[in-house]
Amino acid sequence: MTFDTLYFDIGRLDRLSYRDTFVHRLDPRAKVIATMLFLFTVISFPKYEVIALTPFFLYPVLLLTVGEIPVRFMIRKIIVVSPFAVFIGIFNPILDTRTAAVIFGVALSAGWISFLSILMKFALTISAALLLIATTSFPGVCHALRRLGFPALFVSQLLFLYRYLFVLMEEAMRVIRAREMRSFGTRNTGIKVSVRLIGILFLRTVDRAERIYYAMLSRGFQGDIPTLKRSHIALSDLLFLAVMIAYLGAFRFFPITEEIGRVALELF
Amino acid sequence: MHMADALLSPAVGTTLWAGTVAVGGYASKKLKERIDDRMIPLMGVLGAFIFAAQMINFTIPGTGSSGHLGGGMILAIILGPQAAFLVMASVLTVQALFFADGGLLALGCNIWNMGFYPCFLVYPLIYKPLIRDSQNSGRIVAASLVSAIAALQLGAFSVVMETLLSGNSELPFGAFVLLMQPIHLAIGVIEGFVTAGVINYVQSARPELLGNIAAVSSLGAGISLRKVMITFVVLAVIMGGALSWFASTHPDGLEWSIEKVTGKGELREAERGIARVLKGIQEKTAFLPDYGFKPEGNDLKKAEAASAWPGIKAGTSVSGIVGAVIVLGMIVLIGMGIRSFRGRDA
Amino acid sequence: MSHHIVEFKDVFFRYPDGTEALKGVNFRITHGESVGVVGANGAGKSTLLQHMNGYLMPTSGKVIIGDLAITGKTRREIRKKVGIVFQNPDDQLFMPTVFDDVAFGPLNLGMDEATVRERVRKALGMVNSLDLQDKPPHHLSCGQKSAVAIASVMAMEPDILAMDEPGANLDPRSRRSLIMLLKTFKHSKIIASHDLDLILDVCERCIVIGGGAVVADGPSAEILSNKGFLEENNLELPLSFQVRS
Ligand SMILES: Nc1ncnc2c1ncn2[C@@H]1O[C@H](COP(=O)(O)OP(=O)(O)OP(=O)(O)O)[C@@H](O)[C@H]1O
Ligand SMILES: [Mg+2]
Repeated sequence: MTFDTLYFDIGRLDRLSYRDTFVHRLDPRAKVIATMLFLFTVISFPKYEVIALTPFFLYPVLLLTVGEIPVRFMIRKIIVVSPFAVFIGIFNPILDTRTAAVIFGVALSAGWISFLSILMKFALTISAALLLIATTSFPGVCHALRRLGFPALFVSQLLFLYRYLFVLMEEAMRVIRAREMRSFGTRNTGIKVSVRLIGILFLRTVDRAERIYYAMLSRGFQGDIPTLKRSHIALSDLLFLAVMIAYLGAFRFFPITEEIGRVALELF
Repeated sequence: MHMADALLSPAVGTTLWAGTVAVGGYASKKLKERIDDRMIPLMGVLGAFIFAAQMINFTIPGTGSSGHLGGGMILAIILGPQAAFLVMASVLTVQALFFADGGLLALGCNIWNMGFYPCFLVYPLIYKPLIRDSQNSGRIVAASLVSAIAALQLGAFSVVMETLLSGNSELPFGAFVLLMQPIHLAIGVIEGFVTAGVINYVQSARPELLGNIAAVSSLGAGISLRKVMITFVVLAVIMGGALSWFASTHPDGLEWSIEKVTGKGELREAERGIARVLKGIQEKTAFLPDYGFKPEGNDLKKAEAASAWPGIKAGTSVSGIVGAVIVLGMIVLIGMGIRSFRGRDA
Repeated sequence: MSHHIVEFKDVFFRYPDGTEALKGVNFRITHGESVGVVGANGAGKSTLLQHMNGYLMPTSGKVIIGDLAITGKTRREIRKKVGIVFQNPDDQLFMPTVFDDVAFGPLNLGMDEATVRERVRKALGMVNSLDLQDKPPHHLSCGQKSAVAIASVMAMEPDILAMDEPGANLDPRSRRSLIMLLKTFKHSKIIASHDLDLILDVCERCIVIGGGAVVADGPSAEILSNKGFLEENNLELPLSFQVRS
């Protein structure tokens, strides 16, 4: 992926998170907890589980629609994610060839089923993480982490990183453009030039950190970064969490999907 | 390489999260005791720098593929272990959120693999002893190379272990290691050269700079090896404990050899008179009665695996597939319904 | 009131790389004065401003704010009195949202929540940016960033205000409201800018810096209408004095 698309993708995701919908208004803590519970539930399914995973697509679909997140953008983001899990999972069908099922007369090996399970878990976990950040502003997530007990120092790192991510990426982009302009078409991406660029970027970053430090001092900085509490857990947040737990628990511990299938079959 | 949620089991994910939280807590506590105020913005902005630096791709000589900076080693050299660990943790957190690189449950693993090793093992045990206080550029190249390779090998090996212990992959240990380690040898060499290149560039362009930062962070050299080792041992014990618990509940996860096929497919008869189409499908469709795929003749395992997650029936049937199709159909309908409802609103 | 006085006494400053940026700067600004600092690029304006609350310490000479000379010990006290708006708003806005950024100063002064909110509201109101308060700085335009940077300093209610290029990147209307804002600020202020019309409008006194030293110091109207002198210093007549040809 090119630098520009990468940059604009993050920017777009970031902008989505400042929308104002029901999902965006939920307390960040509630969303962080819900996401973690969701992820934990999804990966707690055994290796060969496929069918029981299907109801869990409801959560991302609800976030996507109620949170008014563009579907195509999200799907593209999921596809371009580092495919490590897929790359490792693809070995399952090759290595695990026991026949596990015959569907429409076609024999299906256990490896395919476990690979399908990995793919579904992949889609679910990735979309849950992306949707968390698309429906909660990053500072919101950070404040949630702080109030869930993460160290203040770590959280302020995260906030600074976020604040200067876009500033420095733009700076990197300018540096890269300058390189391209002066290399006259030959894509001058050798390691030597790149190292030099990174070095220049590093020096600028350190100088910038110094200027930021001055700006902080001039406004009375004494080692702590104070913030006002902004969010309060509301009834809707508790309700959201309760529904979430019920949903996860129900589909985790009871074979509801299969039951639905059985009822449907009996109706005919 | 980022460990991924989809490959992870809850036990492994939780264990590594616990280890990462413990080290992170230790690092922030240590730092807080004697941090210079100057470090706070510096650390944060350097995190953003690692991101921006990763955007600068370069062609790897001889291969034509492109690589980028990982960052753990260069941060450790510049900021010292504690601060570097926290910065690396924030970089990986942002990657997990904005790029979904790895995911949030695997974040514990990733911080451990890419933060703990370079900062708390390789930096004090390899880089520091190799470099001492020399500013010789050749020495910096050698030390960075060795360190980056070591850090990436440790990280890659951890990914292998985490994946295998989680038990979702069929890859046997040997093949997996052969797959991962050489790739990361190459990545490590690149990382080492880039790290050394940047350090040397900074050293020549602004000789005073690194010294200033080291003076401010004041922890770089003063890190007590003993404490690091003790922390490490304690964590290893915690991990060992958790893993052995995990091993006893999920014996399959520890079985690295590929298991041979046991038992044969047993077609299930359609029981009641149902619609012809469905009957047709059902005649052609069946699952092994034991969908859990526990190898036969291993009753102990079977019993334990069954008890690990109560309420999940091992067996399934065509009703499962029908149910899945209905559920997915309903989800799509719900999604489209909300969407068109919203659309009319706007 | 003596604590609104700014005095530079024979200030020299050399950057670590050897650049002699200030070579004997002398001036005194009394309470309530508004002073423009002009000069070519690299003349030393930013360097001079950074001496006003002790980011940079003179290599030799003295900077006196009120009745305190700036030293390592008095810096912290002095920073509460002198508010500086820097040239680059990105470095000035370091918090993740506009609200947090403007609240940073008041919170550090130990105010309670209600007072902080009031201060933030007032400061953002001054620069017409109340509706930006929940935005992250990287979603703002350059001019909006400058406005918020000014608000974040105003929220501290400083006795002395120093600004480095406050008018840069502002559209005509925002520039106009900035000028109104500066005119209502009753305490001492020092404004470094290439926008000579803004200086002419806001500052009755003007200091011209050239090569690290004061080359002229007097009423703005006089100095900024002296075409020959301005051109010697790589400056031009303010537009309002130029006769259209
Ligand atoms: N951090 C630094 N290290 C070394 N030299 C510096 C540094 N900052 C500025 N200088 C030098 O000091 C001199 C004065 O710079 P200064 O930034 O004060 O100029 P200025 O009047 O603000 O210019 P401009 O109108 O471009 O903002 C210049 O020669 C500049 O090159
Ligand atoms: Mg300047």
